[in-house]
Amino acid sequence: MIPAPFDYVAPSTVDDAVRALADAGEDAKVLAGGQSLLPVLRVRLAAPTKIIDLGKVAELRGVREEGDHLVIGSMTTHYDVQRDPLIAEHAALLARATDTVADPQVRHRGTFGGSIAHADPAGDLLAPALALDCEMVIRGMDGQRTVAAADFFEDFFTTSLAPDEILVEVRVPKHTGWHAHYEKFNRVAQAWSMVAVAATVRTDGDTIAEARVALTNMSSVPVRARGVEEALVGQPATAESIRAAAEHAAEGTNPTVDGNADVEYRQHLARVLTGRAISAAMAG
Amino acid sequence: MRITVTVDGTSYTDDVEPRTLLVHYLRERLGKVGTVVGCDTSNCGACTVHLDGHSVKSCSVLAVQAHGSEVTTIEGLARDGQLHPVQQAFHDNHALQCGFCTPGMIMQSIDLLSDNPDPDEHAVREGLEGNLCRCTGYQNIVKAVRDAAHHMRPGAGPEAERVTGADTGSRTASSVGGGGE
Ligand SMILES: Cc1cc2nc3c(=O)[nH]c(=O)nc-3n(C[C@H](O)[C@H](O)[C@H](O)COP(=O)(O)OP(=O)(O)OC[C@H]3O[C@@H](n4cnc5c(N)ncnc54)[C@H](O)[C@@H]3O)c2cc1C
Ligand code: FES
Ligand code: FES
Repeated sequence: MIPAPFDYVAPSTVDDAVRALADAGEDAKVLAGGQSLLPVLRVRLAAPTKIIDLGKVAELRGVREEGDHLVIGSMTTHYDVQRDPLIAEHAALLARATDTVADPQVRHRGTFGGSIAHADPAGDLLAPALALDCEMVIRGMDGQRTVAAADFFEDFFTTSLAPDEILVEVRVPKHTGWHAHYEKFNRVAQAWSMVAVAATVRTDGDTIAEARVALTNMSSVPVRARGVEEALVGQPATAESIRAAAEHAAEGTNPTVDGNADVEYRQHLARVLTGRAISAAMAG
Repeated sequence: MRITVTVDGTSYTDDVEPRTLLVHYLRERLGKVGTVVGCDTSNCGACTVHLDGHSVKSCSVLAVQAHGSEVTTIEGLARDGQLHPVQQAFHDNHALQCGFCTPGMIMQSIDLLSDNPDPDEHAVREGLEGNLCRCTGYQNIVKAVRDAAHHMRPGAGPEAERVTGADTGSRTASSVGGGGE
């Protein structure tokens, strides 16, 4: 199938894009990598009358350092995130999670910002963004505002972005030298996460000094596994202490039920995958 | 909307509806029917082409997004009647049965080899994760890609597509993929 007709503009600056979006009204949609939007348009689950393509906005692409933060442009592709030397050094968790997204063709087109804005609860970059305490920088006609990841994701496919706002960049506090791993559970190639765990850990000698753990697809939004984080801090990084901490992974979660898994099974997966994620992070 | 796109070395300027998918532009406007459509869900990879040197699913790109870009399709790989080494390796290793997935498999394999010139079996399977085959069971496809790797030197991706490349004629298949020398 092909999409329903729409008007198309490809502005070259964020200002022009914001203006085009405001002028077009509620029926407009921003196009980033198109790897979620175009499949939706093809089966006509949506039929916006106007598409604002961010593909020509050069200022939205790339990664830069700003003091103790990295700033990732929303149009930076998955492929570029996987290979970026600053991300590898200061936010390895994002690179490891991005490795598991979709397939090479989709990663060439799909963008970091597009994934965050799309907010699919099974999306693999939401939990890492939450674990790393990222901040979303949003631009609209009224100017710019910044929203913490913990407040940004509101519900299934719903964020604090207003229809006339654009996610311009994501600010990531540097986690330099932290161990990181993203453990994803799915059954077939290029499938979305049934459950996944983002874990990043800072060690001091043989002791775990700090830990950040967040879960994918354990709710309508990504959730922090605070119980695991607290149980890990101050512990020796042994199999025993990791196993004990991972037992807290499903605490307070109320995961959705779908054809893949019920609540109990998802909570079981969360515990098992948390153990694996932390062990793999420590080993890597 | 008017777009200018270079496809398999030739520049085209056309008026297209914004909703036209790149794959439909290639097939229906340019007659490049070597690139096929195998699904409605962006999963199968049969429609894979290279856009500015990187593999993409051409059913998941608008033709207008390719404005100003270079596209290479399966039809742009052979040189002077000689198959690209990856095409040759698929032939030699019986890496197809019905052949429907083959254009996409070959385009993605070339992309993989440009990132990783000597992939092991696991890397080939990961690299072809976005391409589905309903016939072969993948064994011979994996064999073909590794065979092609051995016949090619590093940098076979975008290099091999350079129309003006010097070394494009006579000898063995590997001369086609080497590029640039
Ligand atoms: C076969 C396949 C498998 C996939 N598997 C996975 C997977 O395993 N894990 C995973 O995480 N993802 C997966 N994806 C999705 C992929 O990661 C997409 O790239 C991503 O979800 C959306 O990014 P995009 O740049 O393509 O956004 P688009 O598709 O262009 O946009 C998605 C939505 O976000 C909005 N939007 C985009 N950018 C902005 C912005 N800057 N400001 C405001 N709104 C914006 C758009 O209006 C649209 O509503 C898969 C996709 C496919 C086709
Ligand atoms: S036609 Fe199936 S992925 Fe493009
Ligand atoms: S050979 Fe028939 S789908 Fe692959």
